[in-house]
Amino acid sequence: MELVLAIAVGVVFGSGIWLILRPRTFQLITGLLLMSYAVNLFIFAMGRLWVDKPPITPTAGVDPAQFADPLPQGLVLTAIVIGFATTALYLVMMIGARGLSGSDHVDGEEPRE
Amino acid sequence: MLLASLILIPFLGSALAALMPQDARNRESWLAIAVAVCGLLIALALFPQIASGEVLREEFAWLPAQGLFFVLRVDGLAWVFAVLVLAIGLLVVLYARYYMSPDDPVPRFFSFLLAFMGSMLGVVLSGNLVQLVVFWELTSLTSFLLIGYWHHRADARRGARMAFTVTATGGLCLLAGVLVLGHIVGSYDLDNVLAAGDQIRGHDLYLAALALIALGALTKSAQFPFHFWLPHAMAAPTPVSSYLHSATMVKAGVFLLVRLWPALAGTPEWTWVVGGAGVCTLLLGAFIAIFQHDLKGLLAYSTISHLGLITLLIGIGTPLAMVAAIFHILNHATFKASLFMAAGIIDHESGTRDLRLLRGLRHKLPVTATLAIVASAAMAGVPLLNGFLSKEMFFAETLHVGGDRNWWMSFAAVAMGMFSVAYSLRFISIFFGTPAQDLPRDPHEPPRWMRFPVELLVLTCLIVGIAPGISIEPILNIAVHSVLGSAAPDYDLAVWHGLNLPLFMSVLALAGGVLLYIVLRRHFDLQQREQVPLIHRFNGAQAYETTMLQLTRSAGWLLRRIGTTRLQSQLVLLMLMLLVVPPILAGAPPAWTRIPLQDFDPLFAAIWAIGGACAVAGAWMAKYHRLAALALIGGTGIVTAATFLWLSAPDLALTQLMVETVTTVLILLGLRWLPPRLESVDTPAQSPTRVWLRRSRDLLIAVGGGLALAALTYAVLVHPASDTIADFFLLNALGGGGGSNVVNVLLVDFRSFDTLGEITVLAIVALTVYALLRRFRPAPESAGVPPQQRFEADPASRQTPAQQADSGYLLVAGIYMRLLLPFMGVIAVYFFMRGHNLPGGGFVAGLIFAVAILVQYMLAGTVWVESHINLRPHRWLGFGLVLACATGLGAWLFGHPFLTTHTAHVDWPLVGELHLPSAFVFDLGVFTVVVGTTMLMLVALAHQSLRAHRLPGEEAQAVEQGNADGRAN
Repeated sequence: MELVLAIAVGVVFGSGIWLILRPRTFQLITGLLLMSYAVNLFIFAMGRLWVDKPPITPTAGVDPAQFADPLPQGLVLTAIVIGFATTALYLVMMIGARGLSGSDHVDGEEPRE
Repeated sequence: MLLASLILIPFLGSALAALMPQDARNRESWLAIAVAVCGLLIALALFPQIASGEVLREEFAWLPAQGLFFVLRVDGLAWVFAVLVLAIGLLVVLYARYYMSPDDPVPRFFSFLLAFMGSMLGVVLSGNLVQLVVFWELTSLTSFLLIGYWHHRADARRGARMAFTVTATGGLCLLAGVLVLGHIVGSYDLDNVLAAGDQIRGHDLYLAALALIALGALTKSAQFPFHFWLPHAMAAPTPVSSYLHSATMVKAGVFLLVRLWPALAGTPEWTWVVGGAGVCTLLLGAFIAIFQHDLKGLLAYSTISHLGLITLLIGIGTPLAMVAAIFHILNHATFKASLFMAAGIIDHESGTRDLRLLRGLRHKLPVTATLAIVASAAMAGVPLLNGFLSKEMFFAETLHVGGDRNWWMSFAAVAMGMFSVAYSLRFISIFFGTPAQDLPRDPHEPPRWMRFPVELLVLTCLIVGIAPGISIEPILNIAVHSVLGSAAPDYDLAVWHGLNLPLFMSVLALAGGVLLYIVLRRHFDLQQREQVPLIHRFNGAQAYETTMLQLTRSAGWLLRRIGTTRLQSQLVLLMLMLLVVPPILAGAPPAWTRIPLQDFDPLFAAIWAIGGACAVAGAWMAKYHRLAALALIGGTGIVTAATFLWLSAPDLALTQLMVETVTTVLILLGLRWLPPRLESVDTPAQSPTRVWLRRSRDLLIAVGGGLALAALTYAVLVHPASDTIADFFLLNALGGGGGSNVVNVLLVDFRSFDTLGEITVLAIVALTVYALLRRFRPAPESAGVPPQQRFEADPASRQTPAQQADSGYLLVAGIYMRLLLPFMGVIAVYFFMRGHNLPGGGFVAGLIFAVAILVQYMLAGTVWVESHINLRPHRWLGFGLVLACATGLGAWLFGHPFLTTHTAHVDWPLVGELHLPSAFVFDLGVFTVVVGTTMLMLVALAHQSLRAHRLPGEEAQAVEQGNADGRAN
């Protein structure tokens, strides 16, 4: 499991890096989406992997060792929502820049060489 | 609080003054007078305690964890300075009432002036060195604002910039010096620092501390080689010159040197650094002053020279020299403030400050002329005036320094005395001779109360000069004893000490000065000289401007050389750094201990085989087929959500799933505005080799980054977890937070402040998106109706979206979705209600609710939905934030800290006992903000497509209109 998740994070992150180095704005936004998956999973993995042990404590006085770590989960939850907001912001910048510059290149103009 | 109010009142007054109307000259000055009088009364009330040698302190916690306290400390020196600041301030505001023209925006003037008064009082009353620097920089800032008060004038802007750059840079040096001092002593408290003089002087860092603090003090007090800013600061209104640039702010530098004398002085380094600067300044300033043609310029250079005199006395550093320094600070403040005011009156009444034009003013301004002549005499050091006394003490000290052999210091002193007599004569020459006929205005005596401050100050000069023993000595004693303590010398402030060497020097200076003036006037064309002889090449202001220009130029050069505006190269660098920097910073890896791993599950591997394939394929397709890429990346998102669910994070899974949905819709809405892929761009002039090289490089970075993160993830996962605060949350969620879903309790209770910040960010982003879209201008080719909607064979293309949903091909789906709305609403409520105990909560419920509305938009179209439901996303945002904040503030009513949660247990009929934590209300705020954010962004984006339907019609109309016009012509 650990190895599978590690490889998964690596593959998604690598795809994200490839995409954000591309010249088109759409490629950049997809790259950011992929990177945010990878980074969220990475942060989540800091709490180690737990199967069938959600941090829901039905009674008081439980043994904390029997539950998944709630802290990375809380952090990742907010990260997901904020990620959505920044994606929206980037999207609007993207279409706005395209409208202003007439190009969907990240620099706002086609490269001249 | 008494000491604190001394500083607070001016700042309050400043805020009040700023709020008054433009033409409230009288009210403004009454307010300022009231502030100054209040301050003076407080200061006078402290006098008995100060006179008995007490040191008053008030402490407020500032950063107690760092050992920093906001300390106000009044001893004799601070008290004398505070009274000086307040008294001169009072006279200046009275004077300013008449000086400022009715056209000037007075609220700004008085507001800045009072803010300066507060800052200056802060400097003198600070008992903590860091706090002193803060106020110090505040005085630089207010000085900047006041010099630039007439900001339509280029010289005012330039002078303000120059003064600010020099003094604020000095302030930064001072901060560094103070930090070094604090490091040596181990405390920033003034009392501790003053008591640790020997420790400081013996420390290795003594020289660094001394140099940095001296830089701060010398720039502030306009000492050579930083003196050039002061003459340019004369572009300020004259009350400002009188107050800041002669009597108080420029004295802050010498004040600091006197203040830190017990801690820093007594070494050869101190004498060389401080005394050296002083002696250069006093000669240079006095010499240049003679050749000025501007009344205020002459006074500015004279101020520089007198400040140099004070600095030299401090540099000499013997107890008697300190007495003379403090005495001269007070004397100079009185006569120079009055001279500036007189210069202001002359400028105000005659319309010019040019010494070449002004002549014979004593006929028109007899009283002002008398006052100015007396004050100039004090400046020149004529007996029976206060300037004479301190200057004679200065002469005595210079004799003392050189001993029997070295007379250089005394020669310098006498030379300076001669120069000052010469420029004083130059100043008063405007009152004599035949009256000038070519003045811009016909001068006459100013209003009674405009002259009153000058009269009072000149009277003070006379009283101190004639009877120093009964007038100034008690006050001077207080200041001297607080600085020197047991080292305070016996001294005698008398006019007549018998025939001795200092008296001879005074007489020599007076006679020599008169002679020098006459020679210069007769033989060297003093009135018309354009340049200062001998040293006009050493122009500090020019050097400053050159430095600034060079800095700007080299910054531009550096930016061109190592900067780029291209995003891709920046991102490549960023990614390379991501690969390179962490291994450099990380130490040796920890020992490879393994923990029992989770069992391998083929299904998990299988879903990630799909997820990984989706990511790679998405990365490939993003270039060729955007929709396919989006779908593929959505696939990775679903697998991520499944992973969260698999690995005991149901809340995350839910959130990820809902965010995935809204993100996809969002990007789908945006896709429409992107251009089709340009086939030709892929094969432009770029050589295939270069393209291949670039792609290989990117692939290498991508693979490297992926491998690195994979390795890191694996390394972390096989190591045992360290102790975190997770256990605390798990143990206290139910008991302390009243909920069994620890993640939700974490969000709305333990870390609710964090969440409050987060929803605020959400709201801000939503509003930004909305604002950006209001100004959105699509590219021309994507502005019209897209080709897919113009397919004539399809009957749907002739219907509006509303018609499609009401009677067209979307009828069935539309009705199903309308029926589904209440159910989805119920589900949202369900997830919200159970959130505290089971997976769910405000974030998830908000997203579900937003999706419910969104579905209606997608099927029925924007127009139909908005004619049936009146959603106001802005209000949702505002209401949600208010709700969340109000919940947090509610805790204050019960005396708990912000956002403390309380759980109420309510017995409801039929329902039974219900736990109602206040976090529930907070979560409702989160819910509302999330709904508002999502709706606002998506709806704003969706509305852009409506414009597309409108635009072609309008354009067609415009074209038809144009044709019609053409035909008509």
